[in-house]
Amino acid sequence: MSETRDEFARPGALTPAGAEPIVRVLALEKFFGSNHVLRGCTLEVYPSETVCIIGKSGSGKSTLLRCINFLEEPTIGAIEVDGIRVSADPLRSRSREHRDQIRQIRRGAQMVFQEFNLFPHFRVIDNLIEAPIRVKGVPRDEAIATAEKYLDKVGLSEKRDEYPGRLSGGQKQRVAIARALTMEPKVLLFDEPTSALDPTLVGEVLNVMEDLAHEGATMIVVTHEMAFAREAADRVYYVEEGVFVEVGPPEEVLGNPRDPRTREFLARTLGEAHVHEAAGAVRVPEGADAMHIHAEAGEAHLRTEA
Amino acid sequence: MLDFGRHEMAIALNATPSEVVAQIAASRNRDRRRFRLVFVITWVVLVGGLTLAIAESGKVHADFMAKWAPFIMGGIPITIFVSIMSILFAVAFAVVGALGRLSSLAPVYAIASLYVSMVRGTPLILQIIFVYLALPQFGIVLPSLAAGIFALSFNYGAYMTEIFRAGIQAIPRGQLEAAAALGMTDQLTMRRIILPQAVRIVIPAIGNEFIAMIKDSALVSYVAIQETFWRASTTGSRNFRTFETLLIAALIYWTLTIIFSVAQERLEKRLRESEVRV
Repeated sequence: MSETRDEFARPGALTPAGAEPIVRVLALEKFFGSNHVLRGCTLEVYPSETVCIIGKSGSGKSTLLRCINFLEEPTIGAIEVDGIRVSADPLRSRSREHRDQIRQIRRGAQMVFQEFNLFPHFRVIDNLIEAPIRVKGVPRDEAIATAEKYLDKVGLSEKRDEYPGRLSGGQKQRVAIARALTMEPKVLLFDEPTSALDPTLVGEVLNVMEDLAHEGATMIVVTHEMAFAREAADRVYYVEEGVFVEVGPPEEVLGNPRDPRTREFLARTLGEAHVHEAAGAVRVPEGADAMHIHAEAGEAHLRTEA
Repeated sequence: MLDFGRHEMAIALNATPSEVVAQIAASRNRDRRRFRLVFVITWVVLVGGLTLAIAESGKVHADFMAKWAPFIMGGIPITIFVSIMSILFAVAFAVVGALGRLSSLAPVYAIASLYVSMVRGTPLILQIIFVYLALPQFGIVLPSLAAGIFALSFNYGAYMTEIFRAGIQAIPRGQLEAAAALGMTDQLTMRRIILPQAVRIVIPAIGNEFIAMIKDSALVSYVAIQETFWRASTTGSRNFRTFETLLIAALIYWTLTIIFSVAQERLEKRLRESEVRV
């Protein structure tokens, strides 16, 4: 990991001196079999910070995020969320104490998934109150009030009694964000939240996320949306082959990258970004004989009209 | 060749495009109606012909059938009661069996596997009579109705264990991850998230099992439960007119399975159209 260049990009620069980070990832390593996916990642996130993690597919960025709430069991290292530290201990992972600690970490670090993962047999409101009632023990009417507040925040109050099957992808993801918020977590983890969405629906989800970032939510966002990272992130981490290659404020990492690997990644990603941003209305210039469209995740729909 | 567009096409066919579309639809409807008509005629000819042949033979007594039909039909409520009770208990056995077959605890998995293997490896008729006649040797005496329902549900539960196991495994991994990320325990996830969705998935299969159960419930006649088949075979052999009584019983079972098949199709259609997408 290269040292940060800008004083303002130092973790915790936004918080008063002496504040403790909410999330600590300490020398994290992850093996899938003999595949060494994470090779010693260290990360600190302070209250109200938004951190974006960018990188190619397969760079390990999603695995890193999933290790923070133990959806993947880290092989070596430790995770700390809101003062609860759990060391990687794959051999002892089934013990009751270890599992209780992991559940505590998960309550403090809520995740928003690429594929939404709403519960299809519950109405929207029941998706939102299930965990507060049964995991946190919140009384039902209180849970409903909280759920309605966050549903309003993501602009979906009128979908309160619908089933998820009747919602668009963007609406589903906004409900999923509300579901995470109803647990009143210390930090929100976003795992490529817009990658499964139709391009026209990406904006509504990013707007909600930008609002959250500006209101002071603590967020760790794995994303391909460079515009979001530039707008909302306090720090951007570029990951390649399981290590942080470059860290800094978005203007630096995205605007003036120092490492050649970051530069190459950005050239490839941003060079094609106009295709994505145009949301399906790409015009091939007069006389052009070829166009390259690169889709990282989800589907690409291509319709040609002469 | 000149450009042969839609208008030229319509002129050549002597019809506008919408007329052509309507003609195609009408022709398809005609074909469908004809198919259905031939289907019905074939059934009427076969079943009617057979009925006529039996009646003409003079070896079947209609009076006898009319006299005993009400008694045999009196077994229908018992047949339905035994089938419904047995399928309900079978579902309970199957849920427990499936959870056992998915357990990572070796003894639990072993017991569930033993149950499935043992039940599937022996004849249903043997199990029914075993529960009624062999268990009393150890002091376990069940009334015939209880013995019959227990044996049927224990047997069907073993087969349905695999159905439920498959249903549980069909739930996408993302559902488990979402529940885990919300801090839910494994037990809570199974009860609130996985099982309710798995049940929706296996409902059509349970319907099939129920229809099979209606027919297999005839086997409990061997433990002196006076259901449809018991009444038919008893009155038939007592009067040496088994053809008539078994014919009545056969028609009863056939009708019951048709009724429940239609009900099941309706239920499946409603599930398909439900807004709850699993």
